[in-house]
Amino acid sequence: MRRGQIRGTDHTIMEDKWYSLATDDPYERADVTSPRPPVWILDETRHVYIKENLFKVKPGVVLPVVPDAAVHRRCFRLQFHFHFTLSHLCRMKALILVGGYGTRLRPLTLSVPKPLVEFCNKPILLHQVEALVKAGVSHVILAVSYMSDLLEREMKAQEQRLGIKISLSHEKEPLGTAGPLALARELFTDSAEPFFVLNSDVICDFPFEDMLKFHKNHGKEGTIVVTKVEEPSKYGVVVYEGETGRIHRFVEKPQVFVSNKINAGMYIFNPSMLKRIQLRPTSIEKEIFPVMAEEGQLYAMELQGFWMDIGQPKDFLTGMCMYLQSVRQNTPERLRTGPGFIGNVLVQFIIQDPTAVIGENCTIGPNVTIGAGVVLEDGVRIKRCTVLRGAHIRSHSWLESCIVGWSSSVGQWVRMENVTVLGEDVIVSDELYINGANVLPHKSITDSVPEPRIIM
Amino acid sequence: MLKAVILIGGPQKGTRFRPLSFEVPKPLFPVAGVPMLQHHIEACAKVRNMKEIILIGFYQPNEELNRFIASAQQEFKLSIRYLQEFAALGTGGGIYHFRDQILSGGPSAFFLMNADVCSEFPLQDMLSFHHQRGNSHCGVILGTTVLHFVEKPSTFVSDIINCGIYLFTPEIFAHIGTVDEPPGGRQLQELIRLEQDVFTMLAAQKQLYVYKTQHFWSQIKSAGRLYLNRYNETHPERLARNQDGGPKIIGNVYIHQTANIDSTAVLGPNVSIGKGVIIGTGVRVRESIILHGATLQDHCCVLNSIVGWDSTVGKWARVEGTPSDPNPNDPFAKIDSETLFRDGGLTPSITILGCNVNIPSEVIIRNSIVLPHKDLNRSFKNQIIL
Ligand SMILES: Nc1nc2c(ncn2[C@@H]2O[C@H](COP(=O)(O)OP(=O)(O)OP(=O)(O)O)[C@@H](O)[C@H]2O)c(=O)[nH]1
Ligand SMILES: Nc1nc2c(ncn2[C@@H]2O[C@H](COP(=O)(O)OP(=O)(O)OP(=O)(O)O)[C@@H](O)[C@H]2O)c(=O)[nH]1
Ligand SMILES: [Mg+2]
Ligand SMILES: [Mg+2]
Repeated sequence: MRRGQIRGTDHTIMEDKWYSLATDDPYERADVTSPRPPVWILDETRHVYIKENLFKVKPGVVLPVVPDAAVHRRCFRLQFHFHFTLSHLCRMKALILVGGYGTRLRPLTLSVPKPLVEFCNKPILLHQVEALVKAGVSHVILAVSYMSDLLEREMKAQEQRLGIKISLSHEKEPLGTAGPLALARELFTDSAEPFFVLNSDVICDFPFEDMLKFHKNHGKEGTIVVTKVEEPSKYGVVVYEGETGRIHRFVEKPQVFVSNKINAGMYIFNPSMLKRIQLRPTSIEKEIFPVMAEEGQLYAMELQGFWMDIGQPKDFLTGMCMYLQSVRQNTPERLRTGPGFIGNVLVQFIIQDPTAVIGENCTIGPNVTIGAGVVLEDGVRIKRCTVLRGAHIRSHSWLESCIVGWSSSVGQWVRMENVTVLGEDVIVSDELYINGANVLPHKSITDSVPEPRIIM
Repeated sequence: MLKAVILIGGPQKGTRFRPLSFEVPKPLFPVAGVPMLQHHIEACAKVRNMKEIILIGFYQPNEELNRFIASAQQEFKLSIRYLQEFAALGTGGGIYHFRDQILSGGPSAFFLMNADVCSEFPLQDMLSFHHQRGNSHCGVILGTTVLHFVEKPSTFVSDIINCGIYLFTPEIFAHIGTVDEPPGGRQLQELIRLEQDVFTMLAAQKQLYVYKTQHFWSQIKSAGRLYLNRYNETHPERLARNQDGGPKIIGNVYIHQTANIDSTAVLGPNVSIGKGVIIGTGVRVRESIILHGATLQDHCCVLNSIVGWDSTVGKWARVEGTPSDPNPNDPFAKIDSETLFRDGGLTPSITILGCNVNIPSEVIIRNSIVLPHKDLNRSFKNQIIL
C-alpha cells in the first residue's frame, strides 16, 4: 500500500494491486477513518475499482493530476471511461423533487419524509444522490416543502461523506413538479451546462451518464427517460419517434394502443428551458412537457433494465425485488447467503452497530431486506419483506409481503401478509393474523386483522 | 336398583361434526382425551345402586362401539348394553320401544341423558331431590337458569333451560303411551319427541319437577374446555404439567402418553392431544383438539381447531378457527347446525380438518371445514372444502 502518491504527479500504475487513496491531506485522513467510507466499485470492463478508501487500476493506466482529492475520486474513473473533461463534469447539478407529502407511503411517511425512508437499507434519496455523484454531479439541490428539518440534517451529514454540495430550496407553498425549478432558477443559470431533475421516489439502475450523452447528442432543450410498462392504459404514455427519440405527444390513459412507454421521472434539461416556467404551482408533466414536445425540444431516452415508482407499499415491495435482482447481477457479494437464506436477501451491516441478530432455524428469503439492529428470533420465516431498522420479530412468526416499520415489534406465532405495513414503533401481540393492515405509528395491536384495513 | 339410559342418536345426526363423524360415531368422539360417552358413564358409575347402562341409538353395531362398551364394562364393573332402533324413533320413541329392556330387573327409577350434553352430572343430587318430592310425580328434569337464551327456548319453564338429563320412574312409559295417540294407532315411523310431546302434557298434570343446578352443562362444542377444567378435581392425573424437557403447558391440557412433543412447543389452554400425535419444534396449539396420529410440523400454529386423525399440518402453517360460542365464557352458548351458514357464507366457527387431511407448509386455513382425505395446495378462508 502506498500513501500520498497520487497527488502532485501523474502516476502510472505498474502493478495490479490495491492502492490507498489516503494522503497527507487532513480531509482525506478524516475520510479514511470515517465509519462509512465511500464504497464505489466499478465492474471489470471499466478498469478501475474504488472500494472504501482503496482503488485498483489496470496496470499501465495513467492517473491524472487533480486539484483536490475528493474531486479526484469522483472524476478520474470517468476520464477513462466516458472521456469527459474534469471541468465539465464537476460543474454538473441536479434538482431532486422531494416536496410531496408522500401520502401513499403512509404510515411510513408519518414518521419520516419519503426521501429518507430506507429502501433496501438506504434512504431512497441516497440511492439517487449516490448515483448522481457517481455520474459526476457535484451539486444537488433538494426542492423541499414539508418536514425539511430532518431532511436537511440528514443531508448535511451526507455532504461531507460524498464530497459534494447539497442545498435545500424551500418552497412556502407546494409548487408542484415544475414550480420548484423556477424557485431555484439562479442555481442553474450560472452556466450553460445541462442539469438533472428527478422525482424522489423512482428506483432503477440510474442511467445518468447515458442521459448526458444522449442529451448532448440531440442538442435540444430536454430529455426525459421513459420506461416500458405492461398495461399502458393505466398510465400517461409518451409517443415518440423510435429512431431519434423526438417526442410527439403525451396521452393520458390511452384506450387504444399508442405507446407503452411512460415517463420514468428522470430528466435532463438545458438551463434555457427554465424560461418556460413561472414561479407558481405548476405540473411539469401536464403544463411544460406538452409545449416542449410541440416545439420539438423534448426527447425520450428509453431506460434499460428495471424501473419502479416506489411511492406506495405494493410497488415499494415490487421495486425491492427488482433492486435485489440487480444487486444479484452486479454485486452479489452484498447479498447474504448460507443455510436458512433463500434467494436475494440483504442484511444491513454497519461497522459500529451490531449486525442484525438472526436466531436459529429461521428461513429468510427470497427478497428480504433487513435493517440495522433488527432482531429475528428463532424459527422466523420471512419472505418478500422489508424489515426496517430496530424492528424485532419474535419466534415462529411468518411474514410475507410486509413492511415492518422502525422499532416495531411482532409477537410470536404471528402471521402477517398481503402488503401489511406497520408504522414506526407498532406492537403486534402474539398469535395474531394480520392481513393487509396499514398500522399507524405507535399502535399496539391485540386483535387479528383478518381483512385489509387501516388501524388508527 | 337404578339404571341409566343414554340416547346416542345415529349417523345422520350431528351435521357440523360431519367431517369427523364420518370416521367415528359422534358419541365416541374424544372430549378432553376420552370418548364423549365415557364422561356420562363415569358419572353413572358413581351413583349407588346403579346396575345397568343402556345405550339407545340407530347406529349399525360397529366394532368401535363394541370395543368401547367392552372396555367400559371392565373398567366400571357395570353392565353396559347397546340397543339399536330400527329407525330414528325420537327422544321419547326410543325408550318407549325398549321399555321392557329398561324395566327388566325392576329398577325403581332410571336416568335418561342425551349423549351430546356435557355436565358435571349431579345425578345423586337429582335422586335425593326426587325422594324428597314423594311419589306424586314421575320425573325430574335437570334444569338450569340462564340469563339469556341461546338454546332452543323452553316452552314450559320460562327462565329455566332443559339440560337433557332426566330421572324417571317407570310410570313415565304409561304417560308416553297416551301421547296424542292418533285414532287407529301410532305409525311406527312417527317420532315421539320427549321434550315437545311428553313433557308439555306431564307439566300440565304437575307430574314433573325441575331440579335446578348451578353446575355447568353445555353442548358438546365447549365441552372439552369444561371437562378439562373439571379434571383438576376429578382426574388431576389426566392433566399435563410443566416438566423439564417437556413442552410448555398453559392452563388445562390433556396429552396422551404416546404423543411425541418437542420441548419448544407451547400448548394450551384447553388442548387435547391424542394418541401417537407428533408435534415439532416451536409449534403452538391453543383451544384445540389434535386427534390421534396427527402430525404438526415445526413452527405451525393451531388455534380453535380440531385436527383430524392422521392429518398433517405443514411448517409455519396456520390452522385457525373462531371460537364458536358467542361468548367464550358462557358455557350455555351453542352453535346449531342451522347457523352453519349465514348471509350465504360459512359462519365463522372452529376450523375442522377431517381425517388424513394434508395442510401444506406456510398456508393459512381459517374458519373452514376440510372433509377427509384431502391434500390442500393453498390457503382457504371461510369455506367448506370437499
Ligand atoms: N418540491 C416539490 N416536490 C413535489 C411536490 N409535489 C410532488 N413533489 C415531488 O414530486 C415527485 C412525484 O410526486 P408523487 O409521486 O405524487 O409523490 P408525493 O406527492 O410525494 O406522494 P403522494 O402523496 O403519495 O402523491 C415526488 O418526488 C414528490 O416529492 C411539490 O409541490 N413540491
Ligand atoms: N336413540 C335416539 N337418540 C336420539 C334420537 N334423536 C336424537 N337423539 C339423541 O338425543 C340427544 C338430543 O337430541 P336433539 O338435541 O334433539 O338432537 P341432536 O342430535 O343434538 O341434533 P341437533 O339438532 O343438532 O342438536 C342427542 O344425544 C341425540 O343423539 C333418536 O331418534 N333416537
Ligand atoms: Mg402526489
Ligand atoms: Mg342436541
